Amino acid sequence: MFLQQLINGLTVGAIYSLIALGYTMVYGILEFINFAHGEVYMLGAYLGIIALGLLTQWGAAGWALAPLLVILFAMVWAAAWGGTIERVAYRPLRAAPRLSPLISALGVSIVLQNFVMLTQGARDQVFRRELLFSSDFNACGLSLGACTVSYTQLLIIGTALALMAGLTLFVDRTRMGRAMRATAQDQRMARLCGVDVDTVIRTTFVIGSALGAAAGVMVALYYGVVNFYIGYVAGLKAFIAAVAGGIGSIPGAMLGGLLLGLAESFGAGYLSSQYKDVYAFVILIVVLLVRPQGILGNKRDKV
Amino acid sequence: MSGRLKYLIWPLWIAVLVWPFTKLRGALIVLAAAAAGSALLFVLRSWAPRIALPAMPRLASFSGHTKTGLLIALVLFSLALPLCLNKYFLDVVVTAGIYVVLALGLNIIVGLAGLLVLGYIAFYAVGAYGYAILSTHFHLNFFWALPIGALLALLAGLLLGLPTLRLRGDYLAIVTLGFGEIMRIVLNNWDGLTGGPNGIMHIGRPAIGALALGRPTHLYYIVLALIALAALLTSRLNRSRLGRALVAMREDETAARACGIDTTRLKVLAFCLSAAVAGLMGVVFAAKMSFVSPESFTFWESVMVLCMVVLGGMASVPGVILGALALIVLPEAFRGLQHYRMLVFGAAMIAMMIFRPQGLLPSRRRTLELGE
Repeated sequence: MFLQQLINGLTVGAIYSLIALGYTMVYGILEFINFAHGEVYMLGAYLGIIALGLLTQWGAAGWALAPLLVILFAMVWAAAWGGTIERVAYRPLRAAPRLSPLISALGVSIVLQNFVMLTQGARDQVFRRELLFSSDFNACGLSLGACTVSYTQLLIIGTALALMAGLTLFVDRTRMGRAMRATAQDQRMARLCGVDVDTVIRTTFVIGSALGAAAGVMVALYYGVVNFYIGYVAGLKAFIAAVAGGIGSIPGAMLGGLLLGLAESFGAGYLSSQYKDVYAFVILIVVLLVRPQGILGNKRDKV
Repeated sequence: MSGRLKYLIWPLWIAVLVWPFTKLRGALIVLAAAAAGSALLFVLRSWAPRIALPAMPRLASFSGHTKTGLLIALVLFSLALPLCLNKYFLDVVVTAGIYVVLALGLNIIVGLAGLLVLGYIAFYAVGAYGYAILSTHFHLNFFWALPIGALLALLAGLLLGLPTLRLRGDYLAIVTLGFGEIMRIVLNNWDGLTGGPNGIMHIGRPAIGALALGRPTHLYYIVLALIALAALLTSRLNRSRLGRALVAMREDETAARACGIDTTRLKVLAFCLSAAVAGLMGVVFAAKMSFVSPESFTFWESVMVLCMVVLGGMASVPGVILGALALIVLPEAFRGLQHYRMLVFGAAMIAMMIFRPQGLLPSRRRTLELGE
């Protein structure tokens, strides 16, 4: 039971972490809560289903590289959406009062939800994972004593870890990553040093959206169904994960996501599954009261 | 992208973005629509390079007499309105009225004190459920319930505000958002007290003794009176010592504190006042519907009220009233568009923020600040 909850929690937590990265990166650079990020994750889940549909049409769904194609398709398209959203709805508001981009983000949220509802229908959409993997892949897994780790869970945790490692390398080692860190520290100074801040911000949105879309595809793979309103709750929880880990901090978002996933899994297993959605908010309030800057956040800004 | 090329590239780009969702045919339709819009924009931009958006009339720019005249006309109009509306539209207007007061209440904390609160609807829920429970269990009269509902919400505000109001900015927004969600989930699951997802039915309608006041027309006048009260209260507050202290705190908390303003006490005060207004309207809402369920108190309701404040013009009483009316009445007017109306609504929110971030009728103080 304990081990099983641990594995389930890690799986969900890895997904939260990926979404939380999008929030934390944008917040780190713009100090702005991108409320539409949850919807980009939802777009990603749908794009995964659409990609799978296309592959099936071309008779390529059983191909060994098909899962990779599905996730890449979703990430590329969601990244394009993310960049466009930034250009259309946020960039004109850079100098506006703080509430304006927030309202604009809520507007984007409404538009995306309704766009998907209109084009894909209001009913649950099924991600037919049996087309992608052979049947024993879905059903079986490694058994560790009393619990089993399904291959799907292994795949999700592995992919999430790989993406996070990739992001860490990107931010730490590349020129663009350095520019991003500089912009997060002091935007004006970075601009004076010759950093193209607009490109940095666009890149941030593009990367965050791609990671969110990857999380969306994983959720579709894990639960098998998606709906146009999944972005709201998942986005909220991922944001809480980002705040709990220390908003603006990339390792913080990863840690916060994992912790949140574990808390929910153990809470649902040992306390009450009815109040599963409350745990996240309880964690949030406790963290904000005890350590407002988050677990790994620095005390740079006064809270 | 430079020059004219962007008018070509944007429609293509949008079509590519929507293609997976709409299939080829839908993408072509979107392409055609976007190209038409782009062409229109191109023509407008090149033939009339600087199209100034029409300036909205500002209340401050009217003289004293005109203002009084306008006010009297408005009062007469709102008193006579129920005579010329059918039951359906009267219902819409009463709903709009409830939101007007809610928006005025939220305006105290968001507009004046500058604190972002995203779970405002939780206090509304406290009032509504408070009256629902008191009415069905103890047959409490509606008019007694009004102050009690306000008091309950005020206490809830105090409970949440005392520990959290030392947080700043976005963190407060998230905590209040969390509070709103917790409230909704508790209402949904505490079956014994709240009836769970089924809610509470058969809530008493307003009455004085044997005189029943539950008809839509009666409710209309009750709400109208509350609007007048709230508008008077907030516009007086705006100009009072307390209001100025709130604005000073909004502009610069450190400076305000240096001037001797007890900011924490002030924040709690504003927060509780806001919460009390929401509790009051919760009672009215429960009496109007004679039914409450958790579905009425979602995050989107909080967002709607916030949008009313921001779109109307923060800290401006006429602006907030206009914003609330616009946001309730416009979607009703767009009913012909059916499914597309929320799409249009979201796009309008974005456009509004880009082209007129100060709101429809900005407050004079803010207009001066923004240096228009």
